[in-house]
Amino acid sequence: MSAVTDAPVTQRAVAPVATRAQRWRRRYGLPAMGTLIVLIWIVVAITAPLLSPHDPNMVDVTNRLKPPSGAHWLGTDALGRDVFTRLLFGSRISLTTGFVVVIVGALFGTLLGGIAAFARGKIEEAIMRLTDLVLCFPPIILALAIAAALGIGTTNTIIAMLVVWWPKFARLAHSMVLTQRSQEYVEAAIVAGFGPARILFRHIIPNSVGPLIVLVTLDVGNAIITFAGLSFLGLGVVPPTAEWGSMVAEGRELVAQWWVATFPGFCILTIVLGFNFLGDGVRDWLDPKAMKR
Amino acid sequence: MTRYIVSRLGITIVMAVLATLVIFLIANTVPGDPVLAQLGDVAASNKEFVAEWRAKFGLDLPLWHRYLIFLYGLIHGDLGISIASQRPVLDDIVQFAPATLELATIGFVLALLVGIPLGIVAAVWRDTWVDHIARVVSLIGVSSPTFWLAFIMLAVFYGGLEIAPGPGQLDPIALAPDRVTGLLLIDTVIAGDWGTFRDAAAHLVLPSIVLAAATLGLITRTTRASMLESIQQDYVRVARAKGLRKSTIILGHVFPNALIPVVTLGGLAYAQLLSGAVMTETIFSWPGLGLYTFRSAAALDFPAIMGITLVVALVYLLINLMIDISYAYLDPRVMR
Repeated sequence: MSAVTDAPVTQRAVAPVATRAQRWRRRYGLPAMGTLIVLIWIVVAITAPLLSPHDPNMVDVTNRLKPPSGAHWLGTDALGRDVFTRLLFGSRISLTTGFVVVIVGALFGTLLGGIAAFARGKIEEAIMRLTDLVLCFPPIILALAIAAALGIGTTNTIIAMLVVWWPKFARLAHSMVLTQRSQEYVEAAIVAGFGPARILFRHIIPNSVGPLIVLVTLDVGNAIITFAGLSFLGLGVVPPTAEWGSMVAEGRELVAQWWVATFPGFCILTIVLGFNFLGDGVRDWLDPKAMKR
Repeated sequence: MTRYIVSRLGITIVMAVLATLVIFLIANTVPGDPVLAQLGDVAASNKEFVAEWRAKFGLDLPLWHRYLIFLYGLIHGDLGISIASQRPVLDDIVQFAPATLELATIGFVLALLVGIPLGIVAAVWRDTWVDHIARVVSLIGVSSPTFWLAFIMLAVFYGGLEIAPGPGQLDPIALAPDRVTGLLLIDTVIAGDWGTFRDAAAHLVLPSIVLAAATLGLITRTTRASMLESIQQDYVRVARAKGLRKSTIILGHVFPNALIPVVTLGGLAYAQLLSGAVMTETIFSWPGLGLYTFRSAAALDFPAIMGITLVVALVYLLINLMIDISYAYLDPRVMR
């Protein structure tokens, strides 16, 4: 709580006065880096056809499994396709699926959780039990089962992920709205004669939005990794679509031709790291308790 | 207290029954056709053959009838016959479970051994380079795709440096010990076969490191946050005032109090590892539940998928029940 209790236990040998730049770096360094990484990948995804030196799906078996060189910066894969080009195009699928799954899942979950907390009674009971029911399955296994059942394809995999994605948002929104409901401004709104929909959407949800934003930011990376994982297992995109997870799968036996699998995995790492840095920073900004630490 | 536990137990049972319904519906109402996936194009074009096949697995009955058959079987411990392996699903699960148990336990212990000390030092020396390193390590652990990490490990230590064994549980030429527990490390000791024991242990190194990496981040961050919370309590001030040494305060007073959230989250993480690390097991050809799940899903082997998902969901429900009950002991206010 106070600096007095704090100082002796976490005492620092020397406490030099931090310069402005140092303070800025300490507070905003990682989130700024995260933002930068994410922005770079978004720009790459949009301008992929302009940046790429080759056609992502052009098969050229005479040039298969060539190591990185001037003509093919990151080498070629088993079908002679340019790895660098496919990486650029792969960012499109990863970013799209990441954003679609998290945004649709968050909207749907928040709506259900909000309705549950606001309606109370039987509706609340039904919605929250449904949430618990989905949460009692390990997400990756349930998504795997659904994706396999629906058949291979980006849309089907996104649907499978959405089925397991919304409950955590429903739970969070439910508890947030429950807290807000008992606040006086809600009573004032009821007394003023506003309808339930207006109170929910105009007053309660905007006031509960902070933690939801944190969860959304941290979750995009999570969604990207999960999609890439399902894709790696052969349940994501349909070949020959360039996607990072399936590119790692294509190169997984090629240990001597390490460039085929190493670079796409590294791309996943950077983009997920970017979102996690960003989410960490957003949490610190929105949570005054964490800020003090 | 009894009333709370009974009500939690009741809810768990209802959820378990609902879970069977969910699994059944997923497996039976989706468009993928298991017969086509299993038989291949030539056999699938023969109508009589297909009909016979459907009848054999009861796929020609109405939906509700099949659900009742499924439930009836469950009560008798029958999870159905796997279409791919032609063996009872329960037998398959029993056969694959020990490998997962072995790998998950060692990976989990590894994550605890590294993650908890890392979280403690990060909290004690907060905002110093130690803390920053711990933060970056845990973030990288959480952010790297498991399947890629597994590939890099295999490429570097098996393909490149040749100091680690390849995928699988044992060397192809090694003779597996008689199956007693199914856990290779224990079975080899029982058989007194130390050569095979060393081989099995060596095969565990890479996959358990890969498995530990993701959990490590979670454990480190939870420990750190929880330690920071405890360090600010009044009893720490009292301990300081009494003149206790810093190490005594941290390890003797702060750490035990900070452990509760770590235990809760750690328990859930362990449950997740036990449910089969699909990616890790697939890449390391580890004959565990994760690999079984993946193979069944790829072959649209619905009895197997239903069986494994159900067993895993039941384990999850059971662990959640245990966590709920332990909360009641730790914090009686939850029983309100």
